[in-house]
Amino acid sequence: MTTITTTAASPRRRAASFLHRHAGVRLSLLLSAPLAWLGLAYLGALAALLVTAFWSTDVFTGDVVKVFTWANFTDLVTGEVYRTVALRSIGVAAAVTLIDLVVAFPMAFAMAKLASPRAQRWLVIAVLTPLWASYLVKAYAWRVMLSSDGVLGWGYGLTATVVTLSYLWLPYMILPIYAGLERLPNSLLDAAGDLGARGWRTFRTVVWPLTFPAAVAGSIFTFSLSLGDYITVKIVGGKTQLIGNVVYDNIGAANNLPFAAAVATVPVVIMLVYLAAVRRTGALENL
Amino acid sequence: MNFSRTSRTLLRAALVAGLAVVYVPLAVVLLNSFNSDRTFSWPPAGFTLRWWGAAWDSAGLRDALWTSVQAGLGATAIALVLGTMAAFAVQRYRFFGRETVSLVIVLPIALPGIVTGIALSNTFHTVLGLPLGLLTVIVGHATFCVVTVYNNVLARLRRMGLNLEEASADLGADTFTTFRLVTFPMMRSALLAGGLLAFALSFDEIIVTTFTAGAGVRTLPIWIFENLFRPNQAPVVNVVAAALILLSVIPIYLAQRLSGGDPQTH
Repeated sequence: MTTITTTAASPRRRAASFLHRHAGVRLSLLLSAPLAWLGLAYLGALAALLVTAFWSTDVFTGDVVKVFTWANFTDLVTGEVYRTVALRSIGVAAAVTLIDLVVAFPMAFAMAKLASPRAQRWLVIAVLTPLWASYLVKAYAWRVMLSSDGVLGWGYGLTATVVTLSYLWLPYMILPIYAGLERLPNSLLDAAGDLGARGWRTFRTVVWPLTFPAAVAGSIFTFSLSLGDYITVKIVGGKTQLIGNVVYDNIGAANNLPFAAAVATVPVVIMLVYLAAVRRTGALENL
Repeated sequence: MNFSRTSRTLLRAALVAGLAVVYVPLAVVLLNSFNSDRTFSWPPAGFTLRWWGAAWDSAGLRDALWTSVQAGLGATAIALVLGTMAAFAVQRYRFFGRETVSLVIVLPIALPGIVTGIALSNTFHTVLGLPLGLLTVIVGHATFCVVTVYNNVLARLRRMGLNLEEASADLGADTFTTFRLVTFPMMRSALLAGGLLAFALSFDEIIVTTFTAGAGVRTLPIWIFENLFRPNQAPVVNVVAAALILLSVIPIYLAQRLSGGDPQTH
Protein backbone atom coordinates (compact mmCIF):
# COMPACT_ATOMS: atom_id res chain seq x y z
CA MET A 1 0.00 0.00 0.00
CA THR A 2 1.04 3.58 -0.46
CA THR A 3 2.04 5.70 2.45
CA ILE A 4 0.92 9.28 2.35
CA THR A 5 3.57 11.80 3.19
CA THR A 6 2.41 14.88 5.02
CA THR A 7 5.63 16.86 4.84
CA ALA A 8 6.17 20.26 3.24
CA ALA A 9 3.28 21.77 1.32
CA SER A 10 4.15 20.84 -2.24
CA PRO A 11 2.23 22.71 -4.96
CA ARG A 12 0.25 19.57 -5.65
CA ARG A 13 -0.69 19.22 -2.01
CA ARG A 14 -1.68 22.88 -1.82
CA ALA A 15 -3.83 22.55 -4.92
CA ALA A 16 -5.49 19.46 -3.45
CA SER A 17 -6.37 21.15 -0.18
CA PHE A 18 -7.54 24.26 -1.99
CA LEU A 19 -9.86 22.14 -4.10
CA HIS A 20 -10.99 20.22 -1.05
CA ARG A 21 -12.07 23.42 0.68
CA HIS A 22 -13.73 25.10 -2.28
CA ALA A 23 -16.62 23.05 -3.63
CA GLY A 24 -17.61 25.86 -5.98
CA VAL A 25 -14.22 25.84 -7.69
CA ARG A 26 -14.34 22.05 -8.02
CA LEU A 27 -17.77 22.26 -9.62
CA SER A 28 -16.77 25.05 -12.01
CA LEU A 29 -13.70 23.11 -13.13
CA LEU A 30 -15.76 19.96 -13.67
CA LEU A 31 -18.40 21.81 -15.67
CA SER A 32 -16.04 24.02 -17.65
CA ALA A 33 -15.02 21.70 -20.50
CA PRO A 34 -18.33 19.83 -21.00
CA LEU A 35 -20.32 23.06 -20.98
CA ALA A 36 -17.89 24.87 -23.26
CA TRP A 37 -18.21 22.02 -25.74
CA LEU A 38 -21.89 21.13 -25.58
CA GLY A 39 -23.38 24.24 -24.06
CA LEU A 40 -21.50 26.88 -26.04
CA ALA A 41 -20.17 25.18 -29.17
CA TYR A 42 -23.00 22.74 -29.91
CA LEU A 43 -25.94 24.90 -28.87
CA GLY A 44 -24.18 27.78 -30.61
CA ALA A 45 -23.99 25.71 -33.79
CA LEU A 46 -27.70 24.92 -33.55
CA ALA A 47 -28.52 28.58 -32.99
CA ALA A 48 -26.36 29.59 -35.95
CA LEU A 49 -28.21 27.06 -38.07
CA LEU A 50 -31.53 28.54 -37.02
CA VAL A 51 -30.30 32.01 -37.95
CA THR A 52 -29.14 30.70 -41.33
CA ALA A 53 -32.66 29.44 -41.99
CA PHE A 54 -33.76 33.09 -42.17
CA TRP A 55 -31.12 34.02 -44.75
CA SER A 56 -31.19 33.31 -48.46
CA THR A 57 -28.92 32.33 -51.35
CA ASP A 58 -27.99 34.57 -54.24
CA VAL A 59 -29.42 32.89 -57.35
CA PHE A 60 -26.47 33.84 -59.57
CA THR A 61 -23.38 33.53 -57.34
CA GLY A 62 -24.68 30.87 -54.96
CA ASP A 63 -23.38 32.90 -52.00
CA VAL A 64 -25.35 33.17 -48.79
CA VAL A 65 -27.07 36.56 -48.46
CA LYS A 66 -27.12 37.51 -44.79
CA VAL A 67 -30.37 39.47 -44.78
CA PHE A 68 -33.39 38.45 -42.71
CA THR A 69 -36.21 36.92 -44.74
CA TRP A 70 -39.18 34.62 -44.20
CA ALA A 71 -38.87 33.37 -47.79
CA ASN A 72 -37.60 29.88 -46.92
CA PHE A 73 -40.44 29.20 -44.54
CA THR A 74 -43.00 30.65 -46.94
CA ASP A 75 -41.68 28.34 -49.67
CA LEU A 76 -41.78 25.46 -47.25
CA VAL A 77 -45.38 26.01 -46.21
CA THR A 78 -46.78 26.92 -49.62
CA GLY A 79 -44.79 24.46 -51.73
CA GLU A 80 -46.97 21.45 -52.42
CA VAL A 81 -43.95 19.16 -52.87
CA TYR A 82 -42.66 19.94 -49.39
CA ARG A 83 -46.03 19.40 -47.78
CA THR A 84 -46.29 16.00 -49.49
CA VAL A 85 -42.76 15.04 -48.43
CA ALA A 86 -43.35 16.18 -44.83
CA LEU A 87 -46.62 14.27 -44.60
CA ARG A 88 -45.02 11.21 -46.18
CA SER A 89 -42.18 11.34 -43.65
CA ILE A 90 -44.61 11.58 -40.74
CA GLY A 91 -46.61 8.72 -42.27
CA VAL A 92 -43.50 6.56 -42.60
CA ALA A 93 -42.43 7.34 -39.01
CA ALA A 94 -45.92 6.52 -37.73
CA ALA A 95 -46.14 3.29 -39.75
CA VAL A 96 -42.71 2.16 -38.54
CA THR A 97 -43.68 2.91 -34.94
CA LEU A 98 -46.94 0.98 -35.27
CA ILE A 99 -45.32 -2.04 -36.93
CA ASP A 100 -42.56 -2.14 -34.32
CA LEU A 101 -45.11 -1.89 -31.52
CA VAL A 102 -47.18 -4.78 -32.88
CA VAL A 103 -44.11 -6.96 -33.46
CA ALA A 104 -42.26 -6.00 -30.27
CA PHE A 105 -45.05 -6.35 -27.72
CA PRO A 106 -45.65 -10.11 -27.99
CA MET A 107 -41.89 -10.70 -28.19
CA ALA A 108 -41.23 -8.63 -25.08
CA PHE A 109 -44.13 -10.29 -23.29
CA ALA A 110 -42.88 -13.79 -24.05
CA MET A 111 -39.39 -12.74 -22.90
CA ALA A 112 -40.53 -11.14 -19.66
CA LYS A 113 -43.33 -13.47 -18.56
CA LEU A 114 -42.83 -16.89 -20.17
CA ALA A 115 -39.06 -17.43 -20.32
CA SER A 116 -37.02 -18.82 -17.42
CA PRO A 117 -34.54 -16.37 -15.83
CA ARG A 118 -31.66 -18.13 -17.58
CA ALA A 119 -33.38 -18.00 -20.96
CA GLN A 120 -34.25 -14.36 -20.30
CA ARG A 121 -30.58 -13.42 -20.06
CA TRP A 122 -29.86 -15.05 -23.41
CA LEU A 123 -32.93 -13.55 -25.06
CA VAL A 124 -31.87 -10.04 -24.02
CA ILE A 125 -28.46 -10.69 -25.58
CA ALA A 126 -30.16 -12.01 -28.73
CA VAL A 127 -32.19 -8.80 -29.00
CA LEU A 128 -29.21 -6.55 -28.21
CA THR A 129 -26.78 -8.23 -30.61
CA PRO A 130 -28.17 -6.71 -33.84
CA LEU A 131 -27.78 -3.25 -32.27
CA TRP A 132 -24.02 -3.69 -32.42
CA ALA A 133 -24.10 -4.73 -36.07
CA SER A 134 -23.58 -1.74 -38.32
CA TYR A 135 -26.61 0.30 -39.35
CA LEU A 136 -25.41 0.38 -42.96
CA VAL A 137 -24.87 -3.36 -42.99
CA LYS A 138 -28.44 -4.00 -41.88
CA ALA A 139 -29.90 -1.61 -44.46
CA TYR A 140 -27.63 -3.26 -47.01
CA ALA A 141 -28.85 -6.71 -45.95
CA TRP A 142 -32.39 -5.65 -46.81
CA ARG A 143 -31.23 -4.20 -50.12
CA VAL A 144 -29.88 -7.65 -50.97
CA MET A 145 -33.01 -9.44 -49.71
CA LEU A 146 -35.41 -7.11 -51.51
CA SER A 147 -33.54 -6.82 -54.82
CA SER A 148 -35.53 -8.26 -57.69
CA ASP A 149 -33.48 -11.49 -57.78
CA GLY A 150 -32.94 -11.63 -54.00
CA VAL A 151 -34.51 -13.90 -51.37
CA LEU A 152 -37.71 -11.85 -51.13
CA GLY A 153 -37.50 -10.02 -54.44
CA TRP A 154 -40.10 -7.33 -53.61
CA GLY A 155 -38.12 -4.51 -55.22
CA TYR A 156 -37.42 -1.04 -53.76
CA GLY A 157 -39.78 1.79 -52.86
CA LEU A 158 -41.89 3.19 -50.03
CA THR A 159 -42.90 -0.23 -48.68
CA ALA A 160 -39.28 -1.39 -48.72
CA THR A 161 -38.33 1.75 -46.76
CA VAL A 162 -40.98 1.15 -44.10
CA VAL A 163 -40.00 -2.53 -43.76
CA THR A 164 -36.29 -1.77 -43.49
CA LEU A 165 -36.75 1.06 -41.00
CA SER A 166 -39.04 -1.14 -38.88
CA TYR A 167 -36.33 -3.79 -38.90
CA LEU A 168 -33.60 -1.31 -37.97
CA TRP A 169 -35.38 0.19 -34.96
CA LEU A 170 -37.16 -2.93 -33.64
CA PRO A 171 -34.73 -3.50 -30.71
CA TYR A 172 -35.32 0.10 -29.56
CA MET A 173 -38.99 -0.82 -29.12
CA ILE A 174 -38.48 -4.27 -27.59
CA LEU A 175 -36.10 -3.20 -24.83
CA PRO A 176 -38.20 -0.49 -23.10
CA ILE A 177 -41.36 -2.64 -23.32
CA TYR A 178 -39.46 -5.62 -21.91
CA ALA A 179 -38.19 -3.46 -19.05
CA GLY A 180 -41.73 -2.17 -18.44
CA LEU A 181 -43.18 -5.71 -18.39
CA GLU A 182 -40.43 -6.87 -16.02
CA ARG A 183 -41.57 -4.22 -13.55
CA LEU A 184 -45.21 -5.38 -13.88
CA PRO A 185 -45.83 -7.79 -10.95
CA ASN A 186 -47.03 -11.25 -11.96
CA SER A 187 -49.50 -11.15 -9.11
CA LEU A 188 -51.53 -8.54 -11.02
CA LEU A 189 -51.93 -10.94 -13.92
CA ASP A 190 -52.92 -13.74 -11.54
CA ALA A 191 -55.42 -11.47 -9.81
CA ALA A 192 -56.99 -10.53 -13.13
CA GLY A 193 -57.23 -14.23 -13.98
CA ASP A 194 -58.75 -15.09 -10.60
CA LEU A 195 -61.35 -12.38 -11.08
CA GLY A 196 -62.38 -14.06 -14.31
CA ALA A 197 -60.63 -11.97 -16.97
CA ARG A 198 -59.49 -13.89 -20.04
CA GLY A 199 -56.28 -13.16 -21.92
CA TRP A 200 -57.48 -10.29 -24.10
CA ARG A 201 -59.36 -8.59 -21.27
CA THR A 202 -56.32 -8.84 -18.96
CA PHE A 203 -54.20 -7.30 -21.67
CA ARG A 204 -56.63 -4.46 -22.32
CA THR A 205 -57.39 -3.52 -18.71
CA VAL A 206 -54.20 -4.45 -16.82
CA VAL A 207 -51.13 -5.00 -18.96
CA TRP A 208 -51.54 -2.28 -21.59
CA PRO A 209 -52.37 0.65 -19.25
CA LEU A 210 -49.37 -0.21 -17.05
CA THR A 211 -46.87 -0.67 -19.89
CA PHE A 212 -48.15 2.22 -22.00
CA PRO A 213 -45.42 4.64 -20.82
CA ALA A 214 -42.76 2.08 -21.76
CA ALA A 215 -44.30 1.63 -25.21
CA VAL A 216 -44.36 5.41 -25.67
CA ALA A 217 -40.69 5.55 -24.64
CA GLY A 218 -39.92 3.04 -27.39
CA SER A 219 -41.99 5.03 -29.86
CA ILE A 220 -39.86 8.12 -29.23
CA PHE A 221 -36.86 6.23 -30.62
CA THR A 222 -38.65 4.62 -33.56
CA PHE A 223 -40.43 7.84 -34.52
CA SER A 224 -37.47 10.17 -34.20
CA LEU A 225 -34.98 7.83 -35.85
CA SER A 226 -37.33 7.26 -38.81
CA LEU A 227 -38.10 10.95 -39.18
CA GLY A 228 -34.50 12.02 -39.62
CA ASP A 229 -33.38 9.17 -41.82
CA TYR A 230 -32.27 9.64 -45.39
CA ILE A 231 -29.66 6.90 -45.81
CA THR A 232 -32.05 3.94 -45.68
CA VAL A 233 -34.34 5.71 -48.15
CA LYS A 234 -31.42 6.05 -50.54
CA ILE A 235 -30.50 2.39 -50.13
CA VAL A 236 -33.91 0.71 -50.46
CA GLY A 237 -36.33 3.55 -51.23
CA GLY A 238 -35.88 3.76 -54.99
CA LYS A 239 -37.08 7.24 -55.93
CA THR A 240 -38.88 7.87 -52.63
CA GLN A 241 -38.06 11.21 -50.93
CA LEU A 242 -38.32 11.96 -47.21
CA ILE A 243 -37.55 15.16 -45.27
CA GLY A 244 -33.94 14.06 -44.79
CA ASN A 245 -33.41 13.76 -48.55
CA VAL A 246 -34.74 17.27 -49.15
CA VAL A 247 -32.28 18.64 -46.58
CA TYR A 248 -29.43 16.61 -48.06
CA ASP A 249 -30.15 17.59 -51.66
CA ASN A 250 -30.36 21.26 -50.77
CA ILE A 251 -26.92 21.18 -49.21
CA GLY A 252 -25.26 19.09 -51.88
CA ALA A 253 -26.72 19.48 -55.33
CA ALA A 254 -28.70 22.70 -54.86
CA ASN A 255 -26.08 24.37 -52.63
CA ASN A 256 -28.82 26.18 -50.70
CA LEU A 257 -27.82 25.95 -47.04
CA PRO A 258 -30.42 28.48 -45.80
CA PHE A 259 -33.27 26.47 -47.29
CA ALA A 260 -31.79 23.20 -46.02
CA ALA A 261 -31.62 24.75 -42.54
CA ALA A 262 -35.26 25.77 -42.79
CA VAL A 263 -36.30 22.24 -43.84
CA ALA A 264 -34.21 20.75 -41.02
CA THR A 265 -36.30 22.67 -38.47
CA VAL A 266 -39.34 20.59 -39.54
CA PRO A 267 -38.29 17.28 -37.92
CA VAL A 268 -37.01 19.17 -34.87
CA VAL A 269 -40.35 20.92 -34.40
CA ILE A 270 -42.28 17.68 -34.96
CA MET A 271 -40.13 15.90 -32.36
CA LEU A 272 -40.54 18.72 -29.85
CA VAL A 273 -44.32 18.60 -30.31
CA TYR A 274 -44.24 14.80 -29.96
CA LEU A 275 -42.13 14.99 -26.79
CA ALA A 276 -44.41 17.63 -25.31
CA ALA A 277 -47.44 15.49 -26.15
CA VAL A 278 -46.11 12.32 -24.52
CA ARG A 279 -44.56 14.05 -21.51
CA ARG A 280 -47.70 13.53 -19.43
CA THR A 281 -47.61 9.75 -19.85
CA GLY A 282 -44.36 9.56 -17.88
CA ALA A 283 -42.62 8.07 -20.92
CA LEU A 284 -39.54 10.24 -20.50
CA GLU A 285 -38.71 8.47 -17.23
CA ASN A 286 -38.76 5.16 -19.13
CA LEU A 287 -36.10 6.10 -21.67
CA MET B 1 -49.06 -17.77 -13.88
CA ASN B 2 -52.03 -19.34 -15.56
CA PHE B 3 -51.89 -18.63 -19.25
CA SER B 4 -53.96 -20.75 -21.54
CA ARG B 5 -52.05 -23.23 -23.66
CA THR B 6 -53.01 -21.37 -26.83
CA SER B 7 -51.78 -17.96 -25.68
CA ARG B 8 -48.52 -19.51 -24.45
CA THR B 9 -47.94 -21.17 -27.83
CA LEU B 10 -48.88 -18.04 -29.77
CA LEU B 11 -46.59 -15.79 -27.73
CA ARG B 12 -43.67 -18.21 -27.97
CA ALA B 13 -44.23 -18.49 -31.73
CA ALA B 14 -44.23 -14.68 -32.02
CA LEU B 15 -40.92 -14.52 -30.15
CA VAL B 16 -39.29 -17.18 -32.31
CA ALA B 17 -40.64 -15.64 -35.52
CA GLY B 18 -39.48 -12.17 -34.44
CA LEU B 19 -35.97 -13.36 -33.68
CA ALA B 20 -35.90 -15.21 -37.00
CA VAL B 21 -36.79 -12.00 -38.85
CA VAL B 22 -34.00 -10.24 -36.94
CA TYR B 23 -31.33 -12.78 -37.85
CA VAL B 24 -32.27 -14.03 -41.33
CA PRO B 25 -31.08 -10.89 -43.21
CA LEU B 26 -27.74 -11.01 -41.39
CA ALA B 27 -27.38 -14.70 -42.23
CA VAL B 28 -28.12 -13.98 -45.89
CA VAL B 29 -25.28 -11.41 -45.97
CA LEU B 30 -22.90 -13.93 -44.41
CA LEU B 31 -23.87 -16.63 -46.92
CA ASN B 32 -23.64 -14.24 -49.87
CA SER B 33 -20.05 -13.37 -49.00
CA PHE B 34 -19.22 -16.89 -50.23
CA ASN B 35 -21.61 -16.73 -53.20
CA SER B 36 -19.64 -17.18 -56.41
CA ASP B 37 -22.27 -15.26 -58.39
CA ARG B 38 -21.52 -11.54 -58.68
CA THR B 39 -25.14 -10.41 -58.46
CA PHE B 40 -26.11 -12.63 -55.49
CA SER B 41 -28.87 -14.44 -57.33
CA TRP B 42 -30.71 -16.69 -54.90
CA PRO B 43 -30.06 -19.54 -54.17
CA PRO B 44 -26.22 -19.15 -54.24
CA ALA B 45 -24.60 -20.51 -57.39
CA GLY B 46 -21.48 -21.88 -55.73
CA PHE B 47 -18.92 -21.45 -52.97
CA THR B 48 -15.92 -19.15 -53.29
CA LEU B 49 -13.41 -17.32 -51.08
CA ARG B 50 -12.46 -14.99 -53.92
CA TRP B 51 -14.35 -11.97 -52.57
CA TRP B 52 -12.74 -12.21 -49.13
CA GLY B 53 -9.38 -12.15 -50.88
CA ALA B 54 -10.41 -9.17 -53.00
CA ALA B 55 -11.56 -7.26 -49.91
CA TRP B 56 -8.30 -8.03 -48.13
CA ASP B 57 -6.33 -6.56 -51.07
CA SER B 58 -8.42 -3.40 -51.41
CA ALA B 59 -6.23 -0.42 -50.46
CA GLY B 60 -9.16 2.02 -50.36
CA LEU B 61 -10.92 -0.24 -47.90
CA ARG B 62 -7.88 -0.51 -45.66
CA ASP B 63 -7.46 3.30 -45.61
CA ALA B 64 -11.12 3.73 -44.74
CA LEU B 65 -10.84 1.23 -41.89
CA TRP B 66 -7.78 3.02 -40.48
CA THR B 67 -9.56 6.42 -40.72
CA SER B 68 -12.55 4.97 -38.85
CA VAL B 69 -10.32 3.58 -36.10
CA GLN B 70 -8.56 6.95 -35.70
CA ALA B 71 -11.86 8.84 -35.61
CA GLY B 72 -13.32 6.34 -33.14
CA LEU B 73 -10.32 6.50 -30.78
CA GLY B 74 -10.17 10.30 -30.90
CA ALA B 75 -13.88 10.73 -30.27
CA THR B 76 -13.86 8.12 -27.50
CA ALA B 77 -10.94 9.80 -25.72
CA ILE B 78 -12.70 13.18 -25.75
CA ALA B 79 -16.02 11.61 -24.75
CA LEU B 80 -14.38 9.83 -21.80
CA VAL B 81 -12.96 13.08 -20.40
CA LEU B 82 -16.02 15.27 -21.00
CA GLY B 83 -18.57 12.59 -20.02
CA THR B 84 -16.79 11.80 -16.75
CA MET B 85 -16.44 15.47 -15.80
CA ALA B 86 -20.10 16.16 -16.51
CA ALA B 87 -21.24 13.04 -14.63
CA PHE B 88 -19.24 14.06 -11.54
CA ALA B 89 -20.67 17.56 -11.65
CA VAL B 90 -24.28 16.39 -12.00
CA GLN B 91 -24.09 13.51 -9.52
CA ARG B 92 -21.98 15.10 -6.76
CA TYR B 93 -23.23 18.69 -6.70
CA ARG B 94 -26.51 20.55 -6.54
CA PHE B 95 -26.56 23.69 -8.65
CA PHE B 96 -28.80 25.88 -10.73
CA GLY B 97 -29.53 24.40 -14.15
CA ARG B 98 -28.49 20.86 -13.20
CA GLU B 99 -31.33 19.24 -15.17
CA THR B 100 -30.46 21.37 -18.20
CA VAL B 101 -26.95 19.91 -18.27
CA SER B 102 -28.38 16.40 -18.71
CA LEU B 103 -30.67 17.66 -21.47
CA VAL B 104 -27.83 19.35 -23.36
CA ILE B 105 -25.77 16.15 -23.19
CA VAL B 106 -28.61 13.99 -24.56
CA LEU B 107 -29.58 16.51 -27.26
CA PRO B 108 -26.97 15.53 -29.89
CA ILE B 109 -28.38 11.99 -30.15
CA ALA B 110 -32.00 12.99 -29.55
CA LEU B 111 -32.03 15.32 -32.56
CA PRO B 112 -31.94 13.78 -36.05
CA GLY B 113 -28.33 13.20 -37.16
CA ILE B 114 -28.79 15.42 -40.18
CA VAL B 115 -29.56 18.42 -37.94
CA THR B 116 -26.40 17.91 -35.86
CA GLY B 117 -24.48 17.28 -39.07
CA ILE B 118 -25.41 20.46 -40.91
CA ALA B 119 -25.25 22.58 -37.73
CA LEU B 120 -21.65 21.50 -37.14
CA SER B 121 -20.59 21.70 -40.78
CA ASN B 122 -22.12 25.17 -41.03
CA THR B 123 -20.18 26.27 -37.94
CA PHE B 124 -16.86 24.79 -39.09
CA HIS B 125 -17.24 26.03 -42.62
CA THR B 126 -18.87 29.44 -42.54
CA VAL B 127 -18.47 30.63 -38.94
CA LEU B 128 -15.00 29.37 -37.98
CA GLY B 129 -13.52 28.92 -41.47
CA LEU B 130 -11.93 25.59 -40.47
CA PRO B 131 -11.07 23.16 -43.26
CA LEU B 132 -13.09 19.96 -43.00
CA GLY B 133 -11.00 16.87 -42.30
CA LEU B 134 -10.37 14.08 -39.81
CA LEU B 135 -10.24 16.57 -36.94
CA THR B 136 -13.72 17.93 -37.65
CA VAL B 137 -15.04 14.34 -37.88
CA ILE B 138 -13.59 13.63 -34.43
CA VAL B 139 -15.17 16.79 -33.02
CA GLY B 140 -18.54 15.86 -34.55
CA HIS B 141 -18.42 12.29 -33.25
CA ALA B 142 -17.27 13.31 -29.77
CA THR B 143 -20.31 15.60 -29.52
CA PHE B 144 -22.80 12.72 -29.66
CA CYS B 145 -20.52 10.17 -27.91
CA VAL B 146 -20.33 12.09 -24.60
CA VAL B 147 -23.76 10.83 -23.59
CA THR B 148 -22.77 7.13 -23.48
CA VAL B 149 -19.86 7.75 -21.09
CA TYR B 150 -21.94 10.22 -19.10
CA ASN B 151 -24.78 7.72 -18.58
CA ASN B 152 -22.47 4.89 -17.53
CA VAL B 153 -20.40 6.98 -15.12
CA LEU B 154 -23.50 8.64 -13.68
CA ALA B 155 -25.08 5.25 -12.91
CA ARG B 156 -21.85 4.04 -11.32
CA LEU B 157 -21.39 7.14 -9.15
CA ARG B 158 -24.97 6.81 -7.96
CA ARG B 159 -24.31 3.26 -6.73
CA MET B 160 -20.83 3.96 -5.38
CA GLY B 161 -21.85 6.44 -2.72
CA LEU B 162 -19.31 8.55 -0.86
CA ASN B 163 -18.28 6.26 2.01
CA LEU B 164 -15.06 4.89 0.57
CA GLU B 165 -13.88 8.28 -0.63
CA GLU B 166 -14.60 9.81 2.75
CA ALA B 167 -12.72 6.97 4.45
CA SER B 168 -9.79 7.64 2.14
CA ALA B 169 -9.82 11.32 3.03
CA ASP B 170 -10.04 10.49 6.76
CA LEU B 171 -6.96 8.33 6.35
CA GLY B 172 -5.10 11.36 5.04
CA ALA B 173 -5.23 10.98 1.25
CA ASP B 174 -5.63 14.24 -0.61
CA THR B 175 -8.15 14.86 -3.42
CA PHE B 176 -5.87 13.58 -6.19
CA THR B 177 -4.67 10.50 -4.30
CA THR B 178 -8.23 9.54 -3.43
CA PHE B 179 -9.23 9.86 -7.07
CA ARG B 180 -6.26 7.79 -8.25
CA LEU B 181 -6.46 5.01 -5.66
CA VAL B 182 -10.16 4.86 -4.74
CA THR B 183 -12.54 6.60 -7.14
CA PHE B 184 -10.90 5.71 -10.45
CA PRO B 185 -10.49 1.96 -9.80
CA MET B 186 -14.15 1.78 -8.79
CA MET B 187 -15.25 3.54 -11.98
CA ARG B 188 -13.00 1.62 -14.33
CA SER B 189 -15.52 -0.87 -15.70
CA ALA B 190 -18.11 1.90 -16.17
CA LEU B 191 -15.55 3.86 -18.17
CA LEU B 192 -14.76 0.79 -20.26
CA ALA B 193 -18.44 0.13 -20.97
CA GLY B 194 -19.09 3.78 -21.85
CA GLY B 195 -15.95 3.98 -23.96
CA LEU B 196 -16.89 0.80 -25.82
CA LEU B 197 -20.32 2.18 -26.66
CA ALA B 198 -18.82 5.50 -27.71
CA PHE B 199 -16.37 3.77 -30.03
CA ALA B 200 -19.12 1.61 -31.52
CA LEU B 201 -21.34 4.66 -32.09
CA SER B 202 -18.53 6.54 -33.79
CA PHE B 203 -17.40 3.54 -35.85
CA ASP B 204 -20.91 3.09 -37.27
CA GLU B 205 -21.83 6.74 -37.81
CA ILE B 206 -22.45 8.01 -41.31
CA ILE B 207 -24.76 11.05 -41.27
CA VAL B 208 -22.75 13.46 -39.12
CA THR B 209 -19.62 12.10 -40.82
CA THR B 210 -20.96 12.94 -44.27
CA PHE B 211 -21.26 16.60 -43.31
CA THR B 212 -18.09 17.00 -41.24
CA ALA B 213 -15.59 15.02 -43.34
CA GLY B 214 -13.69 16.88 -46.04
CA ALA B 215 -13.32 15.55 -49.56
CA GLY B 216 -10.28 13.40 -48.77
CA VAL B 217 -11.50 11.80 -45.55
CA ARG B 218 -13.30 8.48 -45.96
CA THR B 219 -14.44 6.48 -42.93
CA LEU B 220 -15.56 2.89 -43.33
CA PRO B 221 -19.31 3.67 -43.41
CA ILE B 222 -18.68 6.37 -46.04
CA TRP B 223 -16.65 3.89 -48.07
CA ILE B 224 -19.44 1.31 -47.85
CA PHE B 225 -22.08 3.85 -48.83
CA GLU B 226 -20.05 5.11 -51.80
CA ASN B 227 -19.52 1.59 -53.10
CA LEU B 228 -23.01 0.29 -52.32
CA PHE B 229 -24.43 1.38 -55.65
CA ARG B 230 -21.51 0.20 -57.81
CA PRO B 231 -22.46 -3.23 -59.20
CA ASN B 232 -18.88 -4.37 -59.72
CA GLN B 233 -17.98 -3.56 -56.09
CA ALA B 234 -20.99 -5.45 -54.70
CA PRO B 235 -19.12 -8.64 -53.69
CA VAL B 236 -16.46 -6.68 -51.78
CA VAL B 237 -19.08 -4.53 -50.04
CA ASN B 238 -20.86 -7.72 -49.07
CA VAL B 239 -17.65 -9.16 -47.59
CA VAL B 240 -17.15 -5.99 -45.53
CA ALA B 241 -20.74 -6.27 -44.31
CA ALA B 242 -20.20 -9.93 -43.38
CA ALA B 243 -16.95 -9.09 -41.58
CA LEU B 244 -18.65 -6.31 -39.62
CA ILE B 245 -21.42 -8.70 -38.56
CA LEU B 246 -18.81 -11.19 -37.33
CA LEU B 247 -16.82 -8.43 -35.58
CA SER B 248 -19.90 -7.20 -33.70
CA VAL B 249 -19.55 -10.31 -31.53
CA ILE B 250 -16.47 -8.75 -29.87
CA PRO B 251 -18.19 -5.77 -28.21
CA ILE B 252 -21.10 -8.01 -27.16
CA TYR B 253 -18.68 -10.41 -25.53
CA LEU B 254 -16.83 -7.55 -23.81
CA ALA B 255 -20.07 -5.94 -22.66
CA GLN B 256 -21.20 -9.26 -21.17
CA ARG B 257 -17.85 -9.70 -19.44
CA LEU B 258 -18.03 -6.16 -18.07
CA SER B 259 -21.50 -6.57 -16.63
CA GLY B 260 -20.79 -10.15 -15.50
CA GLY B 261 -17.48 -9.29 -13.86
CA ASP B 262 -19.02 -6.49 -11.87
CA PRO B 263 -20.21 -7.86 -8.52
CA GLN B 264 -22.34 -4.79 -7.81
CA THR B 265 -24.78 -5.49 -10.62
CA HIS B 266 -25.81 -8.88 -9.33
